[in-house]
Amino acid sequence: MHLNKRMSKFLSNFILVLSALFLLSPDILHAAWGLNMTQGVTPISQDVYNMHMTSLYVVTVIGLLVFGMMFWSIFHHRKSKGVKPAKFSHSTTVEVIWTLVPLLIIISLAVPATKLLARMDNTSESSITIKVTGYQWKWKYDYINEDLTIYSNLATDSVEASQRNSGINPSSADNYLRNTDTALVLPVGKKIRIMTTANDVIHAWWVPDLGWKRDAIPGFINDNWTIINKEGVYRGQCAEICGKGHGYMPIVVKAVPEKEYLAWVEDTKAALKSKKDSGDKELTMDELKSKGEAVYKANCLACHQANGQGIKGVFPGLDGSPLATLKDRIPEHIHQVIYGKNNMPAFGEQLSDTDIAAVVTYERNNWGNKTGDIVQSKDVSAGRKK
Amino acid sequence: MSTKAHADHDHHDHKPTGIKRWLFSTNHKDIGTMYLVFSLIMFFIGGSMAMIIRAELFQPGLQFVDPQFYNSMVTVHALVMIFGAIMPAGVGLANWMIPIMIGAPDMALPRMNNMSFWIMPFAFALLLGTFFMEGGAPAGGWTMYPPLVLQTGKAFPFLIFAVHFLGISSIMGAINIIATVFNMRAPGMTLMRLPLFVWTWVITAFLLIASMPVLAGAVTMLLTDKYFGTSFFNAAGGGDPVLFQHIFWFFGHPEVYILILPAFGIISQIIPTFARKPLFGYASMVYATASIAILSFFVWAHHMFTVGLPINGELFFMYATMLIAVPTGVKVFNWVATMWKGAMTFETPMLFALAFVILFTIGGFSGLMLGITPVDFQYHDTYFVVAHFHYVLLTGAVFALMASAYYWLPKWTGHMYDEKLAKIHFWLSAIFANVLFFPQHFLGLAGMPRRIPDYSVQFADFNMVSSLGGFAYGISQLLFVYIVIKCVLGGKKATGQVWEGARGLEWTLSSPPPYHSFTKSPKVTKALMDY
Repeated sequence: MHLNKRMSKFLSNFILVLSALFLLSPDILHAAWGLNMTQGVTPISQDVYNMHMTSLYVVTVIGLLVFGMMFWSIFHHRKSKGVKPAKFSHSTTVEVIWTLVPLLIIISLAVPATKLLARMDNTSESSITIKVTGYQWKWKYDYINEDLTIYSNLATDSVEASQRNSGINPSSADNYLRNTDTALVLPVGKKIRIMTTANDVIHAWWVPDLGWKRDAIPGFINDNWTIINKEGVYRGQCAEICGKGHGYMPIVVKAVPEKEYLAWVEDTKAALKSKKDSGDKELTMDELKSKGEAVYKANCLACHQANGQGIKGVFPGLDGSPLATLKDRIPEHIHQVIYGKNNMPAFGEQLSDTDIAAVVTYERNNWGNKTGDIVQSKDVSAGRKK
Repeated sequence: MSTKAHADHDHHDHKPTGIKRWLFSTNHKDIGTMYLVFSLIMFFIGGSMAMIIRAELFQPGLQFVDPQFYNSMVTVHALVMIFGAIMPAGVGLANWMIPIMIGAPDMALPRMNNMSFWIMPFAFALLLGTFFMEGGAPAGGWTMYPPLVLQTGKAFPFLIFAVHFLGISSIMGAINIIATVFNMRAPGMTLMRLPLFVWTWVITAFLLIASMPVLAGAVTMLLTDKYFGTSFFNAAGGGDPVLFQHIFWFFGHPEVYILILPAFGIISQIIPTFARKPLFGYASMVYATASIAILSFFVWAHHMFTVGLPINGELFFMYATMLIAVPTGVKVFNWVATMWKGAMTFETPMLFALAFVILFTIGGFSGLMLGITPVDFQYHDTYFVVAHFHYVLLTGAVFALMASAYYWLPKWTGHMYDEKLAKIHFWLSAIFANVLFFPQHFLGLAGMPRRIPDYSVQFADFNMVSSLGGFAYGISQLLFVYIVIKCVLGGKKATGQVWEGARGLEWTLSSPPPYHSFTKSPKVTKALMDY
């Protein structure tokens, strides 16, 4: 009996310390481990952080008061101390007070929140407009004013390391699952309008350092804005479940000075053009296969898998499939990559003729597929005209 | 059943034996028991899915399951826990306790009671059977957002019909509770004398009747979109994918309170018992519960702040959401005031109830933070949200259900449970539930989205802590099963009163109560409930 009492006292002390620690820990951890919300690099993200901290402090104080009362009561108003229970069961004054005080507290939180929301809502007077389109499972960025479109896929080293039991240590991949082959390059200090939409299912575009996320919904265009104050690389990822590749569609924003941004736009446009123009060149089997492997990893592997087996009942396999092995079905194979079929998206827009030629050749000459078929970019451009 | 001649022989009850007793039962106690056992089984099925989730998230990289199967785990874990574990547990408690709390011989509609229970095993057979189908189990999240959910394979119609059946079962249960409470109270059991558990269940039953048909409508539209060429939610056909979210959450937010209001009721029974003092602010408890229920129909879009609502809409839903903090605060203050100057003892039900008050309140705090729209743009769809709703549903609803199980087990079985083991179960649960879920706040704030099978290495440490907490919490629940079985099989005989400070009609019956109780209405006086 005696032991029990001491034990229960120890336990109640333990829970008191524990809950106090939990209540205080967000701050401790913010300092030591950097695991609080980011303050970000935009005026809005700073305000969002401040609002977050204010509400955290408010609830912490309320928590300390309420739980403090409770533990006081637990220690002092216990039967083992021989107290006689009181008989009161209501008090209008107290009840009015603890209805009105919380009401005042939430009003004091709602006022700054309303102002902040109004500021976030104002997308006017932006100098650059980017349209973000979510795909299963990559992002497309249209630089509306520049007539420039880029696609952004998960970086290849992450793709390889993220295969089940790949044997590759995730830490060895550069920014594992948070790195892309192409970054969204933006100028610092400019008001940028970012519109989000989607091609297939709902996604959400989220870079924590910008201070917000916004759903990308097929058939809708959502309007957002940002001003990035600091040069740097900011990472985020899709935040709305969008199928099996949901964890594998990162976002990388690279903020650079305006001059550098303009140069990048020109370079990228030129590079895309030359890629298109060089399409007529004939390539050897080895060239096609090695190029095709890269294209496959970035675009096809998520569904059809590294071993070409697909996932039974969901994503058809390519290894040994008639489409990827029968000679008379080559045009159909090309057509399906360009235009998609059922759940398979169309890749015609984002992949060049050479890319498609390479990946089709790769698929027909890899795993158990030993067709020896070579597909050249002219075959693909012929396929496009149909 | 009991004729006059048998009135004095309550202990020699007539009941069918063997499987027929359970299959054809119209007895509220038997049906209540079946509901409770069913929900415990579902708790472990849903729990093993959670274990798979935590095992996969133990470290970065993909070790155990494919992303598609991981998504199925996330989806079905939620459906099983919400519709299979927490809701049936609440209905089971209502079945067992409401008639004996209000002095009624049984539920008002005993045959419907039987049917509403027996629908459930079939509904879950439909749902869990999808794991063996081509394309696997549903994997689009329990919220079933189109267009993603329309990519489900052969499992799709099974998902929809399972939801329909569960809705029918819940609605029948709700009708039964309302009919019972409004028609079968013993003389003197006025509405404002009802035990709080009965009050919260009546209000919950109205929420069920109002919200379940809305869910049924939403999933039916999904069904016709998939198979009959309609375009309710298909933008290409002139529909609106966001419309589904509005309809779903119009059901979904009241659903949250369907899960938690009975828990409020349980806590309001337990704290006065072990503080040996009347519940503080009985009337304000009733009004606060009703206010929360009504407000729950006006806050649904706070689940959708990031879909791109007009600013006026966002402001309305932010204000309405923050307003819920007021009646919820009243309830917490009332519980603390009930303890104040009481003479408390700390048996296991009380320990779970105290942990509920603290941990549910922490979940309420993060809920208030999530309600602030501009900041929610950061929190939304991250582990911060996962931490929030597990604080209110696991350390909230489930802890209250555990408290109720220990509180009423002696009444149900006639034996005291093993207090020492039960206390160990409590401390393991309370500690490891926090090790499991508290770090998830940090993960969310640091930028980890929910529903991902693999993550960037920067999130590794806290995920490992969380997984360890998860395994320990999961294993310690086996202790609960052992304690329950041990208590059913034997133990110290329980008196009718069981707990020194317990008040109300159920404690005037023997433990266990006779198979048919209150065949003659008891007289309820104010003194019966008084301290």
